[in-house]
Amino acid sequence: MERTGTVKDRLAGNGKAVVGIEGLDALIAALRDDGYAVIGPRVRDGAVVYDPLDSPADLPWGWIDEQDGGRYRLVREGEAAFGHVVGPQSWKTYLYPPRQTLWTGRRDGPGFTVSAPDGAVPRYAFLGVRGCELAAMAVQDRVFGVTPHGGRAVGEQQFTDSGYAARRNAAFLIAVNCGRAGGTCFCASMGTGPKAAGGYDLALTELVGDGRHEFLVEVGSEKGAAVLERLPRRAAETRDVDAAERAVERARTHMGRTMVEDPASLLARNLEHPRWDEVAARCLSCANCTMVCPTCFCTTVEDKTDLTGDHVERWRRWDSCFTVDFSYIHGGAIRQSARSRYRQWMTHKLSSWWEQFGTSGCTGCGRCITWCPVGIDITEEAQAIKNSEGRG
Amino acid sequence: MDAAILSPVPAVAVDPMVPRPFRIVRRVKEVDGCFTLHLRSLDGRPYAFKPGQFNMLYVFGVGEVAISVSGDCRDLNRLVHTIREVGTVTRAMAQLKVGDTIGVRGPFGNPWPIEPAYGHDVLFVTGTVGLAPLRPLVMEVLNRREHFGKVVVCYGSRGTHDILYETLLHQWRGRFDMQVHVTVHSAPAGYRGRVGSVAGLVKIARFDPEQTVAYVCRSETMTRPAVQALYERGVTADRIYVTLERNMKCGVGFCGHCQMGGSFMCKDGPVYRYDTIEHVFSVREL
Repeated sequence: MERTGTVKDRLAGNGKAVVGIEGLDALIAALRDDGYAVIGPRVRDGAVVYDPLDSPADLPWGWIDEQDGGRYRLVREGEAAFGHVVGPQSWKTYLYPPRQTLWTGRRDGPGFTVSAPDGAVPRYAFLGVRGCELAAMAVQDRVFGVTPHGGRAVGEQQFTDSGYAARRNAAFLIAVNCGRAGGTCFCASMGTGPKAAGGYDLALTELVGDGRHEFLVEVGSEKGAAVLERLPRRAAETRDVDAAERAVERARTHMGRTMVEDPASLLARNLEHPRWDEVAARCLSCANCTMVCPTCFCTTVEDKTDLTGDHVERWRRWDSCFTVDFSYIHGGAIRQSARSRYRQWMTHKLSSWWEQFGTSGCTGCGRCITWCPVGIDITEEAQAIKNSEGRG
Repeated sequence: MDAAILSPVPAVAVDPMVPRPFRIVRRVKEVDGCFTLHLRSLDGRPYAFKPGQFNMLYVFGVGEVAISVSGDCRDLNRLVHTIREVGTVTRAMAQLKVGDTIGVRGPFGNPWPIEPAYGHDVLFVTGTVGLAPLRPLVMEVLNRREHFGKVVVCYGSRGTHDILYETLLHQWRGRFDMQVHVTVHSAPAGYRGRVGSVAGLVKIARFDPEQTVAYVCRSETMTRPAVQALYERGVTADRIYVTLERNMKCGVGFCGHCQMGGSFMCKDGPVYRYDTIEHVFSVREL
């Protein structure tokens, strides 16, 4: 998604526009007219989840989330549509679904035939993608071979997950710059937010209070500009841009957590640190952190056979490095202890991801902290290891 | 010339996650619990691989498992796998007969590099079924025999009954241009061959440690003493290649199961130059 001068030239002034609440209505309608399934935040089962949206009325107006280690509560506050931060789901639910059919097979005489599922690609428009989530998509783009990366020199073969690539390339992304930080957010220290850095088609900043409720709209792509041109809008004035910057700045200074500097080399040189035993004593190996993480990508496969034994399906489903089975080879699992499994997850996320893909695997969204049933905090664990080094 | 025969590694089928059906054209019983399948693709397209690469083999309705290729990389019409029965899929595979069909995805993984050994002595260190993934490399080194100094095979098995490819080892031993050392861990009374460890063979084999490239194909536990023995002879880590094993579901770096530190064994391995992994190899449960 390239920024182009021509887009901004067509839009008056600084290329930014302001839309009202009716502008959101028009936005969703325009995207639906273009054949997109619009997905965005809405309240379900006591949490903000990413579900199909019919209209802006479905958004979580006036809800914010209180988050802390092992704690998530929705409470009424203000009237913002995007006053919440991130919930238990991430967009990978749509881009890399929890269950996918890889192929189906049929017994055919002495042999069998296999066929891949049809290639229909859903066209999603994601409304409300946060900076940390755009960063997470950029991370998964590297994992699934959509964008090249400066990671470890791989073998002679480089693969692309065609399903992920097709869904990703078809998606329309509407970012939302955060005007509020959650209790477990640490995007500022990971350099991924609270302002969306790019990779979106349109970016919104909610301007609410002082009797106004509007959205500053920034354009990130030609595709985004074409949609913005169809919305009722006015050109943004300096005071609108300033208000948006203040909102983002407020979020930046209210981060609930901070990641230590350079966790990659810190963890790489502390693979046998006693802190791993300490965290293993609390970790339940439940895999919640990997399920909610927007970059965790591990999967396993399941072979399903019908009762005749003549029809089979191969499914791919999300898996987690926290299960013992995950590392099973003949003779037993490589990572038997919770200590080794927690270490695998955390060092992968913060350290070995750099070797593999030339980027951090953590974007600072804080989900793993919030959704850990015992409130294990990745920033606290990194800090503890760092502190012990200081005591040297 | 040789490179032209072997390269390029062909593109894997359109979708690397979808298996290609192959027919079993020959089945050979090896030592107890081991068998070899000779396969031919049903779509008629040739199959090319490089020594050290592996396939994901699929038994209809049962499942899939990663197995190294153990045949001749110059025979594009015959895919050969030697398999040991250790789990659900390989036990089901053992029941298959000539004429049955098997699914193949691959080849995957980094091959054993051959060119770095040009001008050097070549040492193969392996044991039991570890000879199967190494056989394509030994064959190819013999194909290009003029490029190397001494060629030495150090092979060990548990007993005299489980020496894999025994006939082939005899053939190799009959050649005037290679040394073949075989040892067993335990032997019946009266056995006149060598009894002891593979590391012991490394100690007695004749090669110039300063000018040797070693290829080690053993279990992770047995790789350590093999590497130690090589060190003691003076072969440095940058001239030792090892192969490792992890759980694999996809073979293409997407499923995450085969990670060891910063590498995916399916695409960065399974063959590694030892100095590139020595720092993580010593960490337990990594």
